[in-house]
Amino acid sequence: MAEWYQVLMTALVGAGVPEWIATAIALLVGVTAIGLVAPLIALILVWLLRKVISRIQDRIGPNRVGRFGLLQTIADIVKLLSKEGINPSRADFMAYNLAPILSVFGVLLLFAVVPVTRGLIGVDINVGVLYIVALGSIGIMAALMAGWGSNNKYALLSGFRVVAQLLSYEIPLVLSMLAVVLYAGTMRFGELAEQQGNFLGLGWYVFLMPGAALIFFVCALAESEQTPFDLLEAESELIAGFHIEYSGMRFAMFFLAQFLGGFVFAWVGAAMFLGGWQGPGVDLPGIGGFLAAGYMMIKTFAIYLLMIWVRGTFPRLRVDQMMSFCWKILVPLTVGLISWQMVVQVLDLPTPVIAVLVLVGNLLVMGIGLYAVGRAIRQEGFRTKRAFTPDSLIGTMQPVAE
Amino acid sequence: MVPLQAYLTLAAFIFSCGLYGALARRNAIAMLMAVELMLNAVNINLVAFWRYGPNREDLAGQTFAIFVIAVAAAEVAVGLALVIAIYRSRKTVYLDEIDLLQG
Amino acid sequence: MPELPVEIPIPTPHQAVFIMVAVATGVASLLVVTNRNLFYSALCLVGALFGVAGVYVLLEAEFLAITQVLVYVGAIATLITFAIMLTRGIMFGVTSPNNRYMFAVMAMALLVFLLVAGVVDRVPWAVAEDLTLSGDGKSMIVDLGWEFVTTYALPLELIGLLLLIALVGAVMLARDDE
Repeated sequence: MAEWYQVLMTALVGAGVPEWIATAIALLVGVTAIGLVAPLIALILVWLLRKVISRIQDRIGPNRVGRFGLLQTIADIVKLLSKEGINPSRADFMAYNLAPILSVFGVLLLFAVVPVTRGLIGVDINVGVLYIVALGSIGIMAALMAGWGSNNKYALLSGFRVVAQLLSYEIPLVLSMLAVVLYAGTMRFGELAEQQGNFLGLGWYVFLMPGAALIFFVCALAESEQTPFDLLEAESELIAGFHIEYSGMRFAMFFLAQFLGGFVFAWVGAAMFLGGWQGPGVDLPGIGGFLAAGYMMIKTFAIYLLMIWVRGTFPRLRVDQMMSFCWKILVPLTVGLISWQMVVQVLDLPTPVIAVLVLVGNLLVMGIGLYAVGRAIRQEGFRTKRAFTPDSLIGTMQPVAE
Repeated sequence: MVPLQAYLTLAAFIFSCGLYGALARRNAIAMLMAVELMLNAVNINLVAFWRYGPNREDLAGQTFAIFVIAVAAAEVAVGLALVIAIYRSRKTVYLDEIDLLQG
Repeated sequence: MPELPVEIPIPTPHQAVFIMVAVATGVASLLVVTNRNLFYSALCLVGALFGVAGVYVLLEAEFLAITQVLVYVGAIATLITFAIMLTRGIMFGVTSPNNRYMFAVMAMALLVFLLVAGVVDRVPWAVAEDLTLSGDGKSMIVDLGWEFVTTYALPLELIGLLLLIALVGAVMLARDDE
C-alpha cells in the first residue's frame, strides 16, 4: 500500500476509530478521489482539445460561454444530459446498457496505479505496468458489446475493427514497455520514477530509449483510438463507430472513457519515459512535493498536447494500412529491440557501456522505423490496388467495380 | 484466514459446471467455454496448494498454472479456427450435426 | 438472555471478501453452462474469469491474477465473442441448446461435485502452520522469472513452440481458400 494510505490510517486509528472502519474510510477516500478527479480532468481535456484544434485549423474555437469558452464543456454536458436516452427496439438490452458503464469503469480502474508524487499513488502494486495493459482489455470488451448490442451494421463493423486494432497494437505496446521494465528491473511505477532521478532528476528513460518511447507513443495513440488510428469511428466510413446508437448520458460515458483513456496513456508515458515526478528540486523540503506533482502534471499534459497536435495534422489511416503498420513494422522492430537489449544486459559489461549500447540499439530502431514508414508512404502514392475484397467484414466499404 | 477446503470446494464446483457444459451442450463454442472453466478450476487448485503447502519457496504451483494458461490460449485459437472452418463448409456449429463420417 | 446453542462465526474481512468472490464466480460459471443464449454465456464467462482472477488476488498470487486478466479476458474471451459473432447464431432466442444426454450429464456432474467436495473435507491436508508469505511480492515475481529460465527452461521453450504451431495452424484453418 502507498504512503497516503498509511498516513491516513495512522491518523484515523490515532483518533480512536476502530481499525476496520478506518480501513473502509481510507479506501472510500481513495476511490472517491479518483472518481471525482477523473471527470474534472476530462472537462479540462475537452476544452483543451477544442481550443488547440481550433488554433491549428486557424479558428478561434469556443469563446462564448465563460471566459475563453471555459464553461463550454459544462454547457455541453447539460445538453447531453437533457437529451432523450434512446433504446433501439431490437437492441440487446444487457449488452447495450452494460457497454458504456464497462468502458468508463475500465478506464477509471487504470487511474488507481498511476503515480502523482512520491507516496501519492492509488496503489503501488508490484505489477503496475502489466496491470495497465491487462485492464485495457476491458475497453475492447465494452466496444465489442456496444457494437454487437446496438444491432446496427456500422456499429458491428466498428466493433470488429476495435478488436482487430486494439489486440494488434497491444503487442508492440507491451514490448515497448518491457524495454523499460527490463532496464529498470521493476514493474512498480513508484520505483520506475525513483530510478530516473539521476542527473538532477533529469535521467529520464526517453533519453536512453528514444526508440521505445516513440513506439510507445504510437501504440498509445492506437490504443486510445485517436488520430491517425481513429478509423474505428471514421465519420466517412462508419458514421460514428460503435457508439452510433447511443445518445444522451450513455454517449457521454463513451466520450468520457475515450478522453480519459488518452490521458491515462499520456500519464503512463510520462511516468515511464519522462521520469514521472522527477525534476530539478523535488528533494527540497516543503515545496518539493508540490513541485513534484506539478512536474508530473506538466509532463502528462505535454504528452497529451502532442497527441492533440498529431490529431490536428495527420490524415487517417486505412484499415489495411493500420494492420500492416503494426504487424510488418512495429512488431518486428520491438522484437528486435527487446532481443538486442536482452543480449546487452546479459553480457557482463559496466553500466555506462550498457547504456550506450541500449541507446545505439534504440537509435537504430528509430532509423529503420522512420525509413520503413517513409518508404511505405511513397509506395502508397502509386498504389491503386483495393485493400480488401469487399465481402470481407473488416474490409473497407468501397463500392465494387464490376 | 480462509481454510484450504473452501478454495478446493469452489474449484470443484467450477469444474463440475465445466464438465456439465462440455458434455451437455450442442454448440461447439459453448463447449469450448466449458473447457475453459474446467482449466480455470484446475488452476485455482494449483495456486491454492502452492499457497497453503509447506514449501512456498518452490513456485511450481504458480509456474504450472501459467503453463496451463498458455496451453489454454493455444487450444482456444485452434479450436475456434476449427469451428469457423467447419461453419464455413457445413453452415452449422452444432456438434451432433457434423456427422459426415457416419455415412 | 438464553445462550445461543452454537456460536455463529463472524467472518473476518478477508473471509467476507472470499465469500463474495466465490459466490459471484460460482454463479457466473453456472450461468455460463446453463444460459440458452450463447452471447450471454460469453459475458458470464468474462465474469467468471474475473472472479478467478479475484481468487488469485486473495491467494496473493498478484502476477498470476494480472496474467489471468490479460490472457483470459483480454484475448480468449474476446476471441470467443468474436467467433460467436462470425458464426452468426442469431442474437435472439435459443442459440445454445442442450443435447439429449442433458439430464444424465447433470446428474453425473452433480455426483462428481458431491464426491470431490466430500473427499476434500475428509483428507487431512498437509497445510503449513505459518501461512504468512516471506518477502514482498516483487521478490516472488523475480523468483518466478528465474524459475522459468532455469528449472523450467525446456517447458518454456516447448510452450513457445506450441504457441507458434497453434498460431500457424489457426491461420491455415481459418483463412479463405479463394
